[in-house]
Amino acid sequence: MSAGVLLGLAVGVFGVSFGLIAVTAGLSPAQASAMSLLVFTGASQFAAVGVVGAGGSPVAAIASALFLGARNAAYGLTMAPVLEGRLPKRLLAAQLVIDESTALAMAQSDNRERQRGFWAAGISIYVCWNIGTVIGALGGKLIGKPETWGLDAAFPAAFVALLIPHLRKVGGKQTALLGAALAIALTPILPPGIPILVAAVASVLGLRRQTTP
Amino acid sequence: MSWATIFVIAGGAYLLKVSGLVLLRGWQPPTLVQRCLDLLPAALIAALIVVNTVVTGRHLVADARLVGVSAAAVAAWRRLPFPAVVVIGGAVTALVRRLA
Repeated sequence: MSAGVLLGLAVGVFGVSFGLIAVTAGLSPAQASAMSLLVFTGASQFAAVGVVGAGGSPVAAIASALFLGARNAAYGLTMAPVLEGRLPKRLLAAQLVIDESTALAMAQSDNRERQRGFWAAGISIYVCWNIGTVIGALGGKLIGKPETWGLDAAFPAAFVALLIPHLRKVGGKQTALLGAALAIALTPILPPGIPILVAAVASVLGLRRQTTP
Repeated sequence: MSWATIFVIAGGAYLLKVSGLVLLRGWQPPTLVQRCLDLLPAALIAALIVVNTVVTGRHLVADARLVGVSAAAVAAWRRLPFPAVVVIGGAVTALVRRLA
């Protein structure tokens, strides 16, 4: 329970950086908040504003966001036996199925504790993420030119932190290296945003066989 | 970003969450699909990092961002907390820019 609340506070700071980065990429504070309320998947939100900030098309932004959100479907499958109950409650729970709430729930030993962990983490993260986003988005409007503060580098820096756990998976390092190399190679020849998508799909398809444990 | 783009992302993101929890309850995806879903974030995030660090428009450039993001990478690898990694990335970039 308290772990869920602590996790929420940490995610709140993360929300501040999302708000800042979103307005830096040209979103209004209202749009940044709408994303955190409605999308509520950190990595997808960062990806979408990152693609738009780099000059990518809406289609590239949508595709990047949904590629990253696809793992929430897998988390949902994991959580389905834990989150029994009436349909409206499960439809509500679905919005809270993300990395952190699933990880915290599955770290518990029985289903009752898993449920409590899921709801505690999910609700506290939802509240803190949204408060953080508002603070960051309004703050971002006040500080002027983003480059002066290195805010354009805060986005890739945030993603570096998000990447580290994936590098520790089997095949994670190879997939990441191939993705990065392909993205650089394709940048001069494809429109902004597209190299990211092509690189991601190609490296996963290229490495899946070699790295299956 | 347009409001329409935001709503499409929101709808798609919710559909993905609901598909696992409600629509496909009890279904076991093939190992290959699970494996791809598991590896996709590594490739996508790595591609996003390089494009936002060493690309301007359609050109490769090495500027202050590369120094800042490298510093952030060291911080993240040493398991510094998330906010510290972001602040280090931004602050080092700003500092290099001011010195240059």
